[in-house]
Amino acid sequence: MRRRRIHDKFIEILLVIATIAVLLPLIIIIFHVIVEGVSALNYEFFTEELGSPSRAIQGKPTGLVHTILGTIVVDMLALVIAVPVGIGAGMMLSEYPDHMLNPTLRIMNDTLNGMPAILKGLFAFVLIVKPMGTFSGLAGGVALSFVMLPIIARATESALLTIPWTIREAGLALGIPRWRVVISAVMPAAKTGLATGLLLAFARAAGEAAPLLFTSFGNNYLPDQWFGFIFNPVDTLPQRLYSLAISPYSEWHSMGWAAAIVLLVMVILAFVFARFVTRGKVQLK
Amino acid sequence: MESDSAGGGAPTILNGRKPNILYLWLGDKIFTAVVVILGASIIMLALGMAWVLFDEGSLSLREYGFINFIKGKTWDPAVQLVFGAWPFIFGTVITSSMALLIAFFPALAVAIFSAEYAPPWLSGIIDNLVQLIAAIPSVVIGIWGIFVLAPWLRDTVYMPIYLWTELNQPGLLPILGNPIGYGMATATIVLALMIVPYTTALAKDAIKAVPKDQREASWALGSTRWEVIRMAVLPYARGGITAGAILSLGRAIGETMAVAMLIGNKNTLPFSIFGAGATMPSVIVNEFREAVESLHLSSLMAIGFVLFIIALIVNLTAAYINRKLSIGGGQIL
Repeated sequence: MRRRRIHDKFIEILLVIATIAVLLPLIIIIFHVIVEGVSALNYEFFTEELGSPSRAIQGKPTGLVHTILGTIVVDMLALVIAVPVGIGAGMMLSEYPDHMLNPTLRIMNDTLNGMPAILKGLFAFVLIVKPMGTFSGLAGGVALSFVMLPIIARATESALLTIPWTIREAGLALGIPRWRVVISAVMPAAKTGLATGLLLAFARAAGEAAPLLFTSFGNNYLPDQWFGFIFNPVDTLPQRLYSLAISPYSEWHSMGWAAAIVLLVMVILAFVFARFVTRGKVQLK
Repeated sequence: MESDSAGGGAPTILNGRKPNILYLWLGDKIFTAVVVILGASIIMLALGMAWVLFDEGSLSLREYGFINFIKGKTWDPAVQLVFGAWPFIFGTVITSSMALLIAFFPALAVAIFSAEYAPPWLSGIIDNLVQLIAAIPSVVIGIWGIFVLAPWLRDTVYMPIYLWTELNQPGLLPILGNPIGYGMATATIVLALMIVPYTTALAKDAIKAVPKDQREASWALGSTRWEVIRMAVLPYARGGITAGAILSLGRAIGETMAVAMLIGNKNTLPFSIFGAGATMPSVIVNEFREAVESLHLSSLMAIGFVLFIIALIVNLTAAYINRKLSIGGGQIL
């Protein structure tokens, strides 16, 4: 018995060590991003455009204002496309449980969710970039919406399913048509779950660079007109961060760290906010 | 009558209005139609993606034949214009399976600790931190890997091993490869870190789903805490744990940016442990923007198609295992 107790204690210590070992890299990464990123951040970062490498090498003020604006435009485009479709598909799964397409929809949604993001980029390249003949912010938004869609659909389904059927029955018994019951009774009751799904989908998509490389492509300058953000190649933070990190210029490397801290703060804020909204358990699957 | 019918926060629609047959009936029809169309569009997207990748890759797949394309060991977009996907399939399979091997036991340990040992407050913190690893963008991990992890690994791990081997076992040097820091080993280590959250979350779900009776029966037999877990909890949860591991493998296979930034990007076999390599996603990232030859472009699309097939098989296997092996049924995932 004594031997078994010691064995038990030994395993417990092993588990603690493993847990620390897994969490340690997270802390190291965040520490480095903060240290390197904060020292590279300055006022120009938010007001100047990037320009050519020589600009940074000569010490002229450069920044990523076009990247930050581009990220906002592309992410918003993605949300505008993904939210209605994702919520609609989630509604179909939860409100029409007997629909004959549902088993297929569930499998296809999981398939889409499990697909590498880079394939969604290739898909959007063929769908949008090829016919338009140019890389564009629109194509980037479409590619990111493919990343968001299955997450939103799944989150919507589980959020709506937490609402008891009695609420729907109560509405139907009053003579309210089914669509009105869903929109006015079920959706408001599930709004925290829905918000969590949207935030998690946003957090996931906002960090993706792979789908953007072949769709919004990247751009070192601000567009001449505002719609250049939609119809011309656009810079986005993850894709710019990649280009800066693999570039040969040390000035651009430190700007890459600055981009990293901005991106990380954006994603973690969305993530923390999602947690805060639910205070429950939703996983980033 | 109308005033008290607003149960559950639903505004009454009958206020001051006669129920309109058209409104009641047509509204439902339209709503159903819209919802079904939106749902069906996801099905179309998934099918469309497979079709588009196949269609765009068909030029290359016709040129070489599907099997020969997969088996082809040469990828030369510059001189011979010969395209075979084997180096990248090999690189993907090796890096992601090794990553799973490295990540699995620590991830399982975290899941067990968080589910069975830690008090609720600590368990909540651990879960959130582990999920935070999944939330860090791949490119951020990539830049950290380039400037912090890879140089550190080169100086403190790879170089000593390399120098020791050079002195004692010079025959092994080709397998070890050049310890430049950017290569298969570094990519594998980063991949392992990145899939831990997925393995952990799914394993914890599976462990949490084990019924209380199961544990109590084991306690009643005089088991220690670890014996309860090992003999009563883990066997019961094995379906969910295995499915989670396979889904994590799927994540590793599709992981693109961090790998493309750290693997060193070399198109020709043989790959070595420390030396540069490539995976299917990494070669697409590196060459797609510069590909001008239509056969080159098509071959990259064909690699995308192969990647689609592999990811599909991995995901379906995970779903199948989860349904078959978990005693509680398929409600874990």
